[in-house]
Amino acid sequence: MTATQSWRGIATEDIEVSGGLATLLRRRARRLLTGLLRPHRRAVIGIGVLVMLANLAALAGPWLVGVGIDAGIPPLIHGGDVVPLALIVAAFFAAISAQAVTTRAFIVLIGRLGEDVVLELRQRLFAHFQRLPVDFHERYTSGRVISRQVSDIDSISDLFEDGLDSLVSAVFSLLLVGIGMLLLDWPLALVVLAGFIPLILLTLWFRRESAIAYRHSREAIAQVIVAFVETFGGIRAVQAFRREHRNEEIFSGLNQRYADASLRSSRLLAVYSPAITLVGNIAVGAVLLYGGLRVMQGDIKVGVLATFLLYLERFFDPLQDLSQFYNTFQSAAAALEKISGVLEEPPAVAEPATGTPLPGDRGGGRDVRFDEVRFGYREEVVLPRLNLDIPAGQTVALVGETGAGKTTIARLLARFYDPVDGRVLLDGVDLRALTDAQLRREIVLITQEGFLFSGSVADNIGLGRPDASRADIEAAATAIGADPFITQMPGAYDAEVGKRGSRLSAGQRQLVSFARAFLAAPAVLVLDEATSLLDIPGERAVQAALRTIQAGRTALIIAHRLSTVAIADRVLVIDGGRIAEDGPPEQLLAGEGRFSDLHASWLETLA
Amino acid sequence: MPPEPGHADAHARTTDLPLAALWRTRSYLRPYLGQLIFMLVMACAAVSTEIIIPLLTKSVIDGAISHGNRRLLLVLGLAATVLGVAIAVMNFLRRWVSASAVTGMEKAMRDDLYAHLQRLDAAFHDEWQSGQLLSRATTDLSAIRRFAGFGVIFMITNLVTFGIVVALLIHLNWWLGLLTTSVFLPVVVISTRFERRYRVLSRRSQDQQGDLATYVEEAATGIRVLKALGRRHEAAARHTAQARLVYQTQVSKARLRGVFWAGLDLIPNCVIGLLLLLGAIATSRHELSLGGLVAFITLTLLLVWPIEATGYILATGQEAATAAQRVYEILDSKPSITGPPVQVLPAPRAARPRRRAPATLVFDRVEFGYPGAGQKVLRGVSLELEPGQTLALTGLTGSGKTTLLQLVPRLADPVAGQILLDGADIRALPLPVLRTRVGCAFEEATLFSASVRENVSFGAPDATGSEVEAALAAAQAGFVYELPWGLDTRIGEQGMTLSGGQRQRLALARAILARPAVLVLDDPLSALDVHTEEKVSHALRQILAGTTALVVAHRPSTVALADKVALLDGGVIAALGSHTELLASEPRYRELMSGEATAPGRGGEKVAG
Repeated sequence: MTATQSWRGIATEDIEVSGGLATLLRRRARRLLTGLLRPHRRAVIGIGVLVMLANLAALAGPWLVGVGIDAGIPPLIHGGDVVPLALIVAAFFAAISAQAVTTRAFIVLIGRLGEDVVLELRQRLFAHFQRLPVDFHERYTSGRVISRQVSDIDSISDLFEDGLDSLVSAVFSLLLVGIGMLLLDWPLALVVLAGFIPLILLTLWFRRESAIAYRHSREAIAQVIVAFVETFGGIRAVQAFRREHRNEEIFSGLNQRYADASLRSSRLLAVYSPAITLVGNIAVGAVLLYGGLRVMQGDIKVGVLATFLLYLERFFDPLQDLSQFYNTFQSAAAALEKISGVLEEPPAVAEPATGTPLPGDRGGGRDVRFDEVRFGYREEVVLPRLNLDIPAGQTVALVGETGAGKTTIARLLARFYDPVDGRVLLDGVDLRALTDAQLRREIVLITQEGFLFSGSVADNIGLGRPDASRADIEAAATAIGADPFITQMPGAYDAEVGKRGSRLSAGQRQLVSFARAFLAAPAVLVLDEATSLLDIPGERAVQAALRTIQAGRTALIIAHRLSTVAIADRVLVIDGGRIAEDGPPEQLLAGEGRFSDLHASWLETLA
Repeated sequence: MPPEPGHADAHARTTDLPLAALWRTRSYLRPYLGQLIFMLVMACAAVSTEIIIPLLTKSVIDGAISHGNRRLLLVLGLAATVLGVAIAVMNFLRRWVSASAVTGMEKAMRDDLYAHLQRLDAAFHDEWQSGQLLSRATTDLSAIRRFAGFGVIFMITNLVTFGIVVALLIHLNWWLGLLTTSVFLPVVVISTRFERRYRVLSRRSQDQQGDLATYVEEAATGIRVLKALGRRHEAAARHTAQARLVYQTQVSKARLRGVFWAGLDLIPNCVIGLLLLLGAIATSRHELSLGGLVAFITLTLLLVWPIEATGYILATGQEAATAAQRVYEILDSKPSITGPPVQVLPAPRAARPRRRAPATLVFDRVEFGYPGAGQKVLRGVSLELEPGQTLALTGLTGSGKTTLLQLVPRLADPVAGQILLDGADIRALPLPVLRTRVGCAFEEATLFSASVRENVSFGAPDATGSEVEAALAAAQAGFVYELPWGLDTRIGEQGMTLSGGQRQRLALARAILARPAVLVLDDPLSALDVHTEEKVSHALRQILAGTTALVVAHRPSTVALADKVALLDGGVIAALGSHTELLASEPRYRELMSGEATAPGRGGEKVAG
């Protein structure tokens, strides 16, 4: 980080990956790629054959032109015999038709192969992200989860779309033209091939430099984009705090860095591309000189010289293409590397092949037991040792300060995390012995954000039980008390909720997510109560719904507002990962403990 | 606030046609006029030189070889080499110069776009998704850059090449030349048609990818819900269904590419085949020399690229023109909120006294409605805040509290009525002056990907270290010292994630640091837990004592900070008084602030006693 960027501050990502790790990353990406291509072995072979045929046919053209000049024209001039020429021209047309057919097949086939791979990669990545544990998602952030699946996949798709066919074709063309020239006249061919030595050196230099330049320009544009999006996402704060001038300074600095970086890339191309032209043109001069001499000496015929001149076009042009696609290639390689990293991330919460059967549902919830549970994130211990028994049907409220471990307890029960030590038991069965499907049928966690997916209200409630009928959905909404507001929306249950449910208020979103949980009808409900988002009337509606939903099941509620505690049978005050107080709300209130202190200060804020 | 369909037009004032818009971009190229002319000269010189080489080949075959003249061969061969080197050098010079000219142009346009967007009012930004704006600042500017650095040049050089080569072909053999040209012309039609069809498919694919990306985004942000309900298979099925749509369009694109590229090779090849046959006949009738035939074929190959590329270059031009139109659509939008120009620029130091004298703030029959929406949000709000007074604004969600707050720093303007600051209509104050006197903290604390220090000194870039520390202390934001790099730690999207309560305290510190005469706070305690809330409200009480403040409150604890409470209902101030007065006299207020009135059975107030 440069001094001019001190405003950005420091973050962990700024610390770079070491060289040793970088090679490991590349190997990982290669392994992923071979894995993806393995099922398409036949298509790969087919593509190889087609590209070979297309290039052979393409080579035949110039050669036949040469043959026509040397063997077709003389009989025509001297004896008026048009047959040899006609045969040669016919062969020429056959060759170019073959070229057209094979080229078309090659492009379509490689395009389809690319899309197959991209589709497979999309599916694998999506499914894998869905399997990865919640703490991975928290560490990795949703922004990166999205960019792996959107921009990285796009770069790979771009490679298949714009680059790969030219790249593969260019390599074959170089090889075959080289061989063709050697067969026609090897001394003249060697003159041309000598041009390769500077080209190889040049290409190595270009590759190294453009990899650096490319990385710089990616980093620079990423910062430009972040600054841009954040400014206009927070335009109210920007304008209210007269931030415009300072922002312009910062933005102009970032923009300049990007301009410098892209200038550097363009200048590399400004050197590399004319350098290829230079070598190619010198080769043309050399072929004219040396080839002309050989024709004069009678070593070769004029037609061969013409063929060489036509071949030269095919020889150096593909290299120009390669330089154009190098950036596409680099970004695809970088994307594949990042994706392969994600795919190798193990899903920490593994599920057994067959689940231990739970005792039959007696109705009224199931017993929950935390047995000697220890849990921590990396070095920080959150729960040192937790023992807790919740009998079936009980509603337990967890209270305590932020960071006391309430959320961790809820998430252990929902098996978003596994304990480091000890067990979480449902009716005596370790959660780890249950399959994911079993677990999610029995235990449902509702988070405070009340997340909705774009789609209709009914779709969102139906997420609780995919096979639910419309009547079931409406019944759930009615039970929760969400029916009145839903039926008032235009379209009622079919009303679109908008992106992340933006057409609904926070309280309404919470009710929809309750209806969802009600429909799922789990034996155990875990609830992280919403805090700030609701006004008091909204909160009242949610609390009424809460009473409905907890009836007949075991419930664990993280209570941020002490008013929630009223509906609990039992209150746990959590402090430093330990249960500091435990009892019915009335009893704790009467005592002198933390809960009554907490409650007193809460009452004070109400005054 | 969802965008109103009718409102979008309010800002879009562009009547420019795409080409006219493209022509307007020339002002950004003006500083580089010399370079542009140089680029064009180099490009034309290079293509003209390229055309000479086949003619040298002809002389080699017809002159040097057929007469066994080694000296002539040497001269011609060397000439070809020298010309070849010259072409490479000219290409290098053109690219080198073009690189700096077009990146400079792109940077200038992006800077201007950014600066202009910052001056457009909040309502404009509500209508426009930031992705839309971003694509104008990135994709569209690149399209213009590509056209300026590449499209224009090649459009001209291709015409030059075409003209010269056709003339030469006709000169070499008139009927063969005419025939070749006429066979080539359909390629122009084919390539433009291909570009058009390909563009349609590309757009469809982009839309489908956009939908897929939206779902990916939802599944990533809603991962906890999907996990909690165990719906990963359903989610994967929906994802796959959308990914398949993308797949199908992409495969159609590949199919179209296959036909097109194969065809593009086929037509010039057919021409060469014809040339071989007819050229040989012409040679046998001594209408064309052998060297002439070889030159004819190599010259014909020079025509392939300019003709094939016509479709592509026209498409680049069209793309650039549409891009320019989109860019000017923004640059032509006028900010609807402006103030008189600042007469004297206040020295930054002097502008922030230790403490600004609190101001009076008066709302005089203020009305506000979103354009296109029927019902007005505010219908004649009148309020008076004495210097140093704190007024709490309460009301149901959606009653217009937040809207009212935004009128004070003029993030929006009332449609009727006026707001007076120390007796002066705020519209008569220069914007920077007004916004220096008014400090805000909104409910959604907006943090930027920058250091803590930069985020806190957001409205006061010249604040000293101790001032920043004092503001952080006042807002109870001591947690920042425990971050890995203290005040230098990057926060926001690209840095450390902070909790809602932490963000809120930083936003508060930011508002305090600006030392405003009027403080506008939107529910400043909403995201805090009970303990922190107590500490912050204690600190806030001291801050509010020295300034005039308007505070949106949802809860009694926030109301407790205020001297006076106003209840906003149906767009008007329904009641005004102290918390206790309103509790006693106003049932709507009682319902809003406590659990009474409608809560059946065991209410939340049971524990409250």
